[in-house]
Amino acid sequence: MSTYTTIKRLLPKGRCLILSGPFLWLLVFFLMPFIFVAKISVAEAELSIPPYTAMFDWIDGVLGIRVSINNFLWVLDDPLYVQAYLNSIKMAFFSTLFCLLLGYPMAYAIAKAPKEQQTVWLLLVLLPSWTSFLIRVYAWVGLLKNNGLINGLLMWLGIIDDPIQMINTNFAVYVGIVYSYLPFMVLPLYANLVKHDNALLEAAADLGAGHFTRLFRITLPLSINGIVAGSMLVFIPVVGEYVIPELLGGTETIMIGKVLWQEFFNNRDWPVASALALIMVFILIIPITLFHRFQNKEANL
Amino acid sequence: MIGSKLSFSKFMFWFGIAFLYLPMAVLIFYSFNASRLVTVWAGFSGKWYVELFQDQQIMSAVGRSLQIAFYSASSAVVLAVMASIIMVRFKKFTGRTLFSGMVTAPLVMPDVIIGLSMLLLFVAMGQHLGWPENRGMLTVWIAHTTFCLAYSTVVITSRLTEMDKSLEEAALDLGASPFKAFMQITLPIISPAIISAWLLSFTLSLDDVVIASFVTGPGATTLPIEVFSSVRLGVTPKINALATLIIGVVSLVAIGSWFFTRKMNERISAQLNVD
Repeated sequence: MSTYTTIKRLLPKGRCLILSGPFLWLLVFFLMPFIFVAKISVAEAELSIPPYTAMFDWIDGVLGIRVSINNFLWVLDDPLYVQAYLNSIKMAFFSTLFCLLLGYPMAYAIAKAPKEQQTVWLLLVLLPSWTSFLIRVYAWVGLLKNNGLINGLLMWLGIIDDPIQMINTNFAVYVGIVYSYLPFMVLPLYANLVKHDNALLEAAADLGAGHFTRLFRITLPLSINGIVAGSMLVFIPVVGEYVIPELLGGTETIMIGKVLWQEFFNNRDWPVASALALIMVFILIIPITLFHRFQNKEANL
Repeated sequence: MIGSKLSFSKFMFWFGIAFLYLPMAVLIFYSFNASRLVTVWAGFSGKWYVELFQDQQIMSAVGRSLQIAFYSASSAVVLAVMASIIMVRFKKFTGRTLFSGMVTAPLVMPDVIIGLSMLLLFVAMGQHLGWPENRGMLTVWIAHTTFCLAYSTVVITSRLTEMDKSLEEAALDLGASPFKAFMQITLPIISPAIISAWLLSFTLSLDDVVIASFVTGPGATTLPIEVFSSVRLGVTPKINALATLIIGVVSLVAIGSWFFTRKMNERISAQLNVD
């Protein structure tokens, strides 16, 4: 009782101070930028610095407001952009699935390992993700190239005569994505699986349930939060991935992150790049809310 | 009975580990190759390391990136401790949904979007406020602090949630000010999480290429941007040498900090049990 009143009496001043720091930071540097993305997405490209038209102009006492939806019409009308969105979603979906198929058994193995070994095993999975992401993608360039290690090995063994084209294909992009994002799948799955009560499985076994029954009716349903968290942690960033399709992909790999990059850096068309980003945010808003809800649920347990 | 299922998941675990580590092992192996070609082993050589250290452009980028990573991690952790207190201790306040949304969204938001949106903000601010005058290390620091803040908050929040709240309440009951209670009770207990959050932020900042490419300016090329531009042109053993050094340092620090935080946790729990 007294604790409560003490806290209540003493907190307000410090409370506001603590609140304002991160709140203002995120408001200014995370939320506000999106207002500018929206603003510039309705501007038009122009040869100037910065390279877009102003929204307001004041000429002879007349306030002019320029809002152009041409960028959106242009993007939605061009099959290249639409294709890029669809292709990104497709590739993100399948890479998430591959990550889940490989990551789930891995997380399960860690969660079922002896308690004192678990952190070591987990560290083993997470360690690569702390080294440079860029360098991990680069490692695959050397492996998958036509004169790279895998082709060299296969030819030396006499399995193939000519190198198989692996680099600059969708296959290489999938390998790169699964390789880079696997730890992000394993971590939330492990955090969930380790909390399961073994007694449930034992009870089910006593009642005559086989492996698959136990897996599909107990373990999987109980780990749904971990599955959603891990999948979103892979799916959402992969939709906008740039580095992996740039280094490992080829002309067939059109992903929206790469298209946005090219519009911005190569064509210097900031308004179209902004429109592309805004549409991407709209596509991702449902998965992001989903992730946020599960993240909160886990935190409040 | 359970044994057979375990062996499948164990097999997958070791398969996954092999998948994660083999490419890096190959990378390290070929950094000592005298030949430029990946398929040809031309004998052991350390010449790529010598070439790496003689590359002025890369070396100055290393210094710059380390500096940015240090400042970003430090500022992100300070903000993240505050954000975690808000998330865990302040259950109700106006804008809580907005706040928790802003904390988690950078975790998953694609880099290209964060990079583009921050650049547009900096350009608009520069135009209307005159600050930042031009883009460079300062703007990269701001951008990195923002996304490191999100990661750090996740790490620190989970520790703060697990923490026994009664310890803090006891200190307050005994007449400590909330600030003192925080400094003497809460901070030492969550310190292992703060260290992990700092290290995580440091590596994240050191690794970012996309966001930095958007928000940086002339003369502030970071290491990943440097590496990316040379990797785009193909495989160069010099980058293998750099990769080997990065992998080595990260492994040492990761294993070291793991031992350290474990010791610290043991000490904290021992102290709590004795007192």
